[in-house]
This record gives sequence, structure tokens and C-alpha cells, in this order.
Amino acid sequence: MKAIVTVMPKPGVLDPQGKAIARALGHLGFGGVGEVRAGKVIELELPDADPEAARKTAAAMAEQLLANTVIESFSVAIAK
Amino acid sequence: MRAGIIVFPGINRERDMAIALELASGRKPRMLWHTETDLSGLDLVVIPGGFSYGDYLRAGAMAAHSPIMSAVRAHAARGGYVLGACNGFQILTEAGLLPGALLRNVSLRFLAMDCHLRVERAGTAFTGHFQQGEVFRAVLAHGEGNYYADEATLERLEGEGLVAFRYVAANGRLTAVSNLNGSARAIAGIFSPNLRVLGLMPHAENLVDPVAGGDDAKKLFEGLAAAFAA
Repeated sequence: MKAIVTVMPKPGVLDPQGKAIARALGHLGFGGVGEVRAGKVIELELPDADPEAARKTAAAMAEQLLANTVIESFSVAIAK
Repeated sequence: MRAGIIVFPGINRERDMAIALELASGRKPRMLWHTETDLSGLDLVVIPGGFSYGDYLRAGAMAAHSPIMSAVRAHAARGGYVLGACNGFQILTEAGLLPGALLRNVSLRFLAMDCHLRVERAGTAFTGHFQQGEVFRAVLAHGEGNYYADEATLERLEGEGLVAFRYVAANGRLTAVSNLNGSARAIAGIFSPNLRVLGLMPHAENLVDPVAGGDDAKKLFEGLAAAFAA
């Protein structure tokens, strides 16, 4: 079963990458772009057959390694 | 001083650190490959700078979960001394041995330049040869050195005197430009509550010999050698 973990900088944590992307979009002529935040997506092939079990496994992985919860939050989605 | 230096794949400052420790103490440090787990007999464990595991996922994230880090945790729990420099500081925060995290520099640029540090807590094993408030030159070389912690943690660090060093201008003042990487409260280094674990972002080990640019930062290593000479 495939789990998709999305890791994002927490609100209030400075995201200089997001700021740089926003500036570059402005240079390209995309006006009116508000705040841009950049994170990462991690796809995992898990042995779990049950979606709920896979979600729990992926969340434990995110908690211990995939995200640094001091500065990042994460969400887990299970792919069909 | 019996010191050991941990070598992770991708670390590149271990020899500089070995030179600094040997110059100050007269004793060659033990080089510890990251799969070793025996740290017995060591006064000080050093995690040097570099790019452990290619900075994959986050700087320090992979190294923080490697086998030797369990031994480092046990060493710290026994009251052993630990110095993490640059990537070593990142690894110590990722391993939970020091609070907070090191974010991308506020400029988004990798910084390789001199900086000035002010000693915020003298009288520790690491700062024994400095005066309180003394300013000295060190070297920066990092892309993720922007110290972050939540307000409660920052208040605790300040209140308990655990801020070790701050980035300042050469005259010792905090200015808008002296905080080169944008760190919270210009923090360049912090101590654990027992003052035996130090995380320091700049490279003190690169200014220990006049032949190689100056010895402005050698007091850190001389202080350590003196602390363990008894």
C-alpha cells in the first residue's frame, strides 16, 4: 500500500525558500501571489494491507524521521 | 584530555578538529567510525562538521539515527562531554540532545566567511579560558545555520544561561548585519542544562594556528584541555 507523507514548515517558522519562490514568480509576471510555503512530499511503499494500519505506520515514520516536528508539520494520505 | 571524533560518511572537518584538539592537549584524539558503539574512557566526544549523509532529508537527520548516536546519548546521560560543531550541532538537535533546529540561512546562501562571536557564558569546560563578554573571530561555513526554537525554549535558554555564544560585530555589538544567518536572538551556540553538551555553528577549529589564518579561537580548545588536565 502506498502512503504519501507531506511535510511542511510549521506556521510561524520562517520559510526562506517559499519567500524566494514568491519573488521569482513575481519576476515572471505572476502578480498577486500571496504567501508561498515550500515543503516536501515522500512516497512510501508499505507492507500494510489495511489503510488504517498503513496510515499509522507512516505517521510513526514521520514523527521519528521524515519530519522534524520542532519546525515541520506533516500529513499522511493513503493512495488508492 | 581523551577525546574522540566521530566520522560519519560525508563528514569533512574531522582532521581540522583533530589538529585543534591535539595542538591544545598534546594528545591525538581517537577517530571513531560511525558504526562503533564503544565510547568508554573518553572525556569528550566531538561530532565535527561536514555533510553527513549528503544532508539527505535534513542536515543531520540521518546521522542522528545512526548506531553511534545511541552511545553518544548514553555518554551524555553519564555526564560525559560532547561538542557538536556545525553539522555536529545540527546532528545534536536532530538527535534531541539539544533543543531547537537549524534552518536554512535567511539569505538562502551558503555562507563561508569570518564571523565574530561573543562569549555569553564563561566558566564552563568549553569557555574556561574566555572572559564573560569576550569577542573572538571564528569561521562560518554552512547553508543551514539559522537557529530556531519556539519562544518558550528561547526564554528558558536565556533564563538558565544556556546561550553559549552570539554572533556580533567585531566591536561586540549586536547589529542588524552581524547576525549573519538570521538566527533567533543571534544565537551561535547553546549548552545543555548541565553545561556539558555544546552545539556551536561556526568552526572554532579553523582558527587555531597562525600559519593557517590565525589562532583567534584556540582558547576554546585550550580551555577544554585545561579542564581535563587534572
